[in-house]
Amino acid sequence: MIKVENLTKRYAGITAIRDLSFHVEKGEIVGFLGPNGAGKSTTMRILSSYMPATSGRASIAGFDVFSQSMEARQHLGYMPENVPLYPDMRVTEYLNYRATLKEITGARQRERVGDVKELCALKEVENRIIGTLSKGYRQRVGLADALLHSPDLLILDEPTIGLDPNQIRQVRDLIRNLGRHHTILLSTHILPEVEMTCSRVVIINRGKIEAADTPENLVHAMRTAGGIRLEAKVGKDDGLAEIGKLAGVKEVSVEAEDDWSVFTLRTDSRSDPREELWRLATDRRWTVRELSRRRATLEDVFVELTLGDEV
Amino acid sequence: MTKFLTLLSREVKSCFYSPIAYVVLCFFLGLTGLCFYSGVGFLSRGATERTVVEAFFDSIPFWIGFILIFPPITMRVFAEEFKMGTIETLMTAPVRDWQVVLAKFGGALVFYIVLWLPTLLYFVVFQQIAKADAANAAGAYWGSYLELLMAGMLFISVGCFASVLTQNQMVAAVISFCVITFFFLGGLLSFFTPNIAPEFRMMASYCSVLEHMGEFSKGMIDSRRFVFYGSGTALMLLLTHQVFQFRRWKA
Ligand SMILES: Nc1ncnc2c1ncn2[C@@H]1O[C@H](COP(=O)(O)OP(=O)(O)OP(=O)(O)O)[C@@H](O)[C@H]1O
Ligand SMILES: [Mg+2]
Repeated sequence: MIKVENLTKRYAGITAIRDLSFHVEKGEIVGFLGPNGAGKSTTMRILSSYMPATSGRASIAGFDVFSQSMEARQHLGYMPENVPLYPDMRVTEYLNYRATLKEITGARQRERVGDVKELCALKEVENRIIGTLSKGYRQRVGLADALLHSPDLLILDEPTIGLDPNQIRQVRDLIRNLGRHHTILLSTHILPEVEMTCSRVVIINRGKIEAADTPENLVHAMRTAGGIRLEAKVGKDDGLAEIGKLAGVKEVSVEAEDDWSVFTLRTDSRSDPREELWRLATDRRWTVRELSRRRATLEDVFVELTLGDEV
Repeated sequence: MTKFLTLLSREVKSCFYSPIAYVVLCFFLGLTGLCFYSGVGFLSRGATERTVVEAFFDSIPFWIGFILIFPPITMRVFAEEFKMGTIETLMTAPVRDWQVVLAKFGGALVFYIVLWLPTLLYFVVFQQIAKADAANAAGAYWGSYLELLMAGMLFISVGCFASVLTQNQMVAAVISFCVITFFFLGGLLSFFTPNIAPEFRMMASYCSVLEHMGEFSKGMIDSRRFVFYGSGTALMLLLTHQVFQFRRWKA
């Protein structure tokens, strides 16, 4: 659905993205992640034909975004960062206006505008002036606009930024539902959301791709998988010495909590020393009140990939 | 075509949604009313060769006011969209750059024409009451309006160009004001400096909107003027289109 080959974009002075290549297949929901200034919005703007790349090629549904941009735009629903809208128009008026620009007219326009208002829960504000809407509703108007021409592909730049937790959940559900019929590329900084909705993630940092895989694979491939936590009644130094000897343990730290010791272990991604820990504790007759493993999350992956070379 | 008309009607509407439109409208009605009043006053002072149309269009306050209306009409057309970021939603819909440029130009032009409509009434009323011709001939009457339309097109295209250069409406207004004033002063060059080279004088008079207006309001319709305004407008719109693309491409 999206094919990006060796895309480079240079602004006056800085290179925002460098030799970027990735693709998105039909039916996928792909999360596009990266720290601030990584080049996510830049890539999306190129894909939406808003501006051309300095070099490289990109196509949407087989249409080159530069040379066949009209066809590409017909297949794409795009919601820019910060959802710019005309503040002086009314919601329905705006959607009708956008529909005509997208060549949806007459009875089909009435039907589509009605549908997207329904889908994005805009019915109760349909006659309000956009400038007076809350941020969340404006976001929904932007999303409704992107959906108007029932495009095969949706590109959403930070669709949930600035929304309250309820609305985030609503938008997330909406996106998941849309994912049944549309291909979606979305950028966001809310990583749990990506784990819940996206079938694949592309992580970029400083204009370069760091990883592109399913969230599960990325988490599994983490070099430093999640930690293990053990709370036991044992002297701090004793415990440290004994636990440090176990295979697969890379690092142990300890904190005192009343007369309990709380050990935090970092391990290799492949090994799980919980069984040996348990045996050790029973052998030494430590009283254990908690033994748990914290799974690595996408956030760990993100931090490792985008911060790794700085720390 | 439907797309263009949609864009155009959006532009016209957004003109009328903005409070500036009403300020300009009031200012302009007041100004033209005053000019008409003083024109009629001038005629009633005694026998003269001038008609009311000539007296109206040939007064200094009229021209000063005329220059002043273009910057507020055109300053927002592109600058506001760039500032608000709506240019990104607009230009990722399947519309072409030139459609947007022409729609913005056309929207401002429609507003400009609406500004002028009430003044048509002045001359109708004059003819009814004074039982005298407002102009020497129908040609002079319509000629004046034709000249206004063409000069308007040129200056609106200048204004659009100024607006596409910046995202600050004030800056756009100042640029277009300066350029338009320059046209006028250019036309007055021969008054200020009587001994300049004749080539310059020729050029100045070719560009002088003031001079053209004098001719048109007497009923002399000169096809060279059409070429001047037509090509000037086309050139400005072309430049606007180029800068519009360039700004997004380099953005
Ligand atoms: N119009 C512009 N002119 C010059 N530089 C720009 C422009 N837009 C973006 N940049 C630069 O390009 C780089 C990438 O910006 P981009 O907006 O794509 O980042 P992003 O990944 O979307 O970040 P965020 O998470 O903050 O939205 C940044 O260094 C930014 O400063
Ligand atoms: Mg961004």
